[in-house]
Amino acid sequence: MSMFNTDRRSLLKGGAAMLAAAATMSSDQLLGYAKAWAQTSQWKPEPGAKINLLRWKRFVEAEDVAFMKIVDAFQKANNVTINVSNESYDDIQPKASVAANTGQGLDMVWGLYSLPFLFPSKCVDVTDVADYLGKKCGGWADSGKAYGMLNGKWIGIPVAATGGLVNYRVAAMEKAGHKEFPKDLAGFADLVKGMNKNGTPAGMALGHASGDANGWLHWALWAHGGKLIDKDNKVVVNSPETAKSLEYVKGLYDNFVPGTASWNDSSNNKAFLAGQLHLTVNGISIYVTAKKENPQIAEDMNHAHLPAGLDGKTRELHLGFPILIFSFSKYPQTCKAFTAFMLEPDQFNPWIEAAQGYLSHFLLDYDKNPVWTADPKTTPYRSVAQTASTPAGEAQMSENAAAAIADFVVVDMYANYCTGREDVKTAMASAERAAKRIFR
Amino acid sequence: MSTVQTSMPAQAAAAGEPSFWSRLSGNRNWAAFWFMLPTAAFLILFLAYPLGLGVWMSFTDERIGRAGAFVGIENYQWLWDDSIFWLSVFNTLFYTLIASAIKFAIGLYLALLLNRHMPFKAIIRSIVLIPFIVPTVLSAIAFWWIYDSQFSIISWSLIKLGLIHSNINFLGDTEWARASVIFANVWRGVPFVAITLLAGLQTVSPSLYEAATLDGATSWQRFRFITYPLLTPIIAVVMTFSVLFTFTDFQLIWALTRGGPVNATHLMATLSYQRGIISGRLGEGAAIATAMIPFLVAAIAISWFGMQRRKWQQGSNND
Repeated sequence: MSMFNTDRRSLLKGGAAMLAAAATMSSDQLLGYAKAWAQTSQWKPEPGAKINLLRWKRFVEAEDVAFMKIVDAFQKANNVTINVSNESYDDIQPKASVAANTGQGLDMVWGLYSLPFLFPSKCVDVTDVADYLGKKCGGWADSGKAYGMLNGKWIGIPVAATGGLVNYRVAAMEKAGHKEFPKDLAGFADLVKGMNKNGTPAGMALGHASGDANGWLHWALWAHGGKLIDKDNKVVVNSPETAKSLEYVKGLYDNFVPGTASWNDSSNNKAFLAGQLHLTVNGISIYVTAKKENPQIAEDMNHAHLPAGLDGKTRELHLGFPILIFSFSKYPQTCKAFTAFMLEPDQFNPWIEAAQGYLSHFLLDYDKNPVWTADPKTTPYRSVAQTASTPAGEAQMSENAAAAIADFVVVDMYANYCTGREDVKTAMASAERAAKRIFR
Repeated sequence: MSTVQTSMPAQAAAAGEPSFWSRLSGNRNWAAFWFMLPTAAFLILFLAYPLGLGVWMSFTDERIGRAGAFVGIENYQWLWDDSIFWLSVFNTLFYTLIASAIKFAIGLYLALLLNRHMPFKAIIRSIVLIPFIVPTVLSAIAFWWIYDSQFSIISWSLIKLGLIHSNINFLGDTEWARASVIFANVWRGVPFVAITLLAGLQTVSPSLYEAATLDGATSWQRFRFITYPLLTPIIAVVMTFSVLFTFTDFQLIWALTRGGPVNATHLMATLSYQRGIISGRLGEGAAIATAMIPFLVAAIAISWFGMQRRKWQQGSNND
């Protein structure tokens, strides 16, 4: 009977969620479903569990509303409490790190990139959850496995990724002489050059922007056959391939809108929405905002994957969102149950729909979600998991690769060369040394 | 400690042969020790322990979430030939030196102005304090917009005035970025220097100026031989603090540039945070932070030894 008890607070919360309901299932239906789910679930939440969950602060409001609905249904069905707190991209990792180091404060973190790999020994083994979801939802994409597994064990569940794809203005592209978005490196360079000539420049971050700068610069490195480390974690960044990619990026940078060396993660969003920037690499958030606030820009823009590399393959670094459970949590079963619950089709489908393309899935069945076809402009974001690679590239994702991303080793190499601070050889040598310091 | 001596015989007489305990309880030094203990414990717990821990950490390979092993000076060896580290050392010294000098010059000038009799003196003095009152992060974000590469109000105004043709790359160009962060730091730091020096100026007796004027001293002479010598002790204190604050600045840089472009504005404090917390290498971050200590000790030592000298204390020529 206690399952049906609701206190005033949760009623209020439920009411708010109902008002805000944007997706298909109503709160009541969701609650009923959640109760049924809880009965059959293999993870039985600890009675009276109280979980502190930290997540990144939303970029798309409807996504957050849908997420809170899931949280709410889970709370009521299982009679547990989940406190959700939000932090901006930049602050989430320091907070999670402090919790990991002190062993208190948080039970779960839904963070960025490779967060679980920064402190793998503090993460609960969630192989059972991953196997359950994989079986139920069409299996994990390879990139999903790479983002979640360490030595055959899942240390985090890659909930979704936000794809760093090309956002471009259609008219500006056509004026630069490209009917279609270019599919190879030469075509892409030509497009950027042409757009600059027409006074409708492109621009991508070369500053310390953890999402944007790391994303496209790793693509540039990989596209030319360069890599920071090989399969065995040996530093191999100082190579002719890397040199080629440096020249390529310099060619792009010289045609960018001025100031990209100082850009952070929000700079290109602002400039694009103000009509001063006509091509950049970003999540879908620019388009989502434009639809609401600036329909002319939304009308004239589209998305595409970055062009294939010299070997014909496209490999991109997208911003993964893994969720992890701390080993010092007193309620691991509740955390596991919640993780599984939120990735179930009945929750996940309305959620990614609400996110409007901002969240791309790693579980293959979700390719069928109508969000990817209803608006053709979101379709490129469907295949984010197929092109995604972890920061480690060919190697196993690790603490060290996570540290290299956080220390901007690759970004600094390109920025050093493009801004003329160092020549090709010195830029590569500095990056090599910085990488060796990390992979020692 | 003659007082101790006098109090003891009285007790001894009462108790016959004085026990160790009664001798101890009558000892004022022993009592003083207990009175000082809370403060000492506080200082050890919140100042000495974290400092010691930080220094110890710099000799380990500790990472976030797991304890480290002792690795000797390995972290320092890596830093020794790390060009980014040396760049950050240069940046920190450059930033501290230039910003402190400008802050001193403007602060002193402002203090002298504010020390004059003028209408609305109190209000003007409080207005000067505003930059100091605004939380650093807020002012940093305001400056971030002012320096934005696309939406800078400065670039916009200059373009509208027809003085320049394209946006100034405030935070994207190495030289501009350094100048911009120094300007923001000066804007923030001037009020502290100005108001403190003003307080010092107010303690200078007006009769000295009157006497000097009667002797026909020019205003420069009055400043050079009265104001400046009497202000020296305050200047020493203010500049020590100003240098310390600037040297350890973090928020402003972190909010404005994250140490970019290409690490041109990375200070030791921001690099230590990036390596220690963001990329999880606590040992290495601690090593960078520890490397700041000699510089800070030197800054304190200079003013400390300076203050010991009577010339500094009293402004006369007798050392």
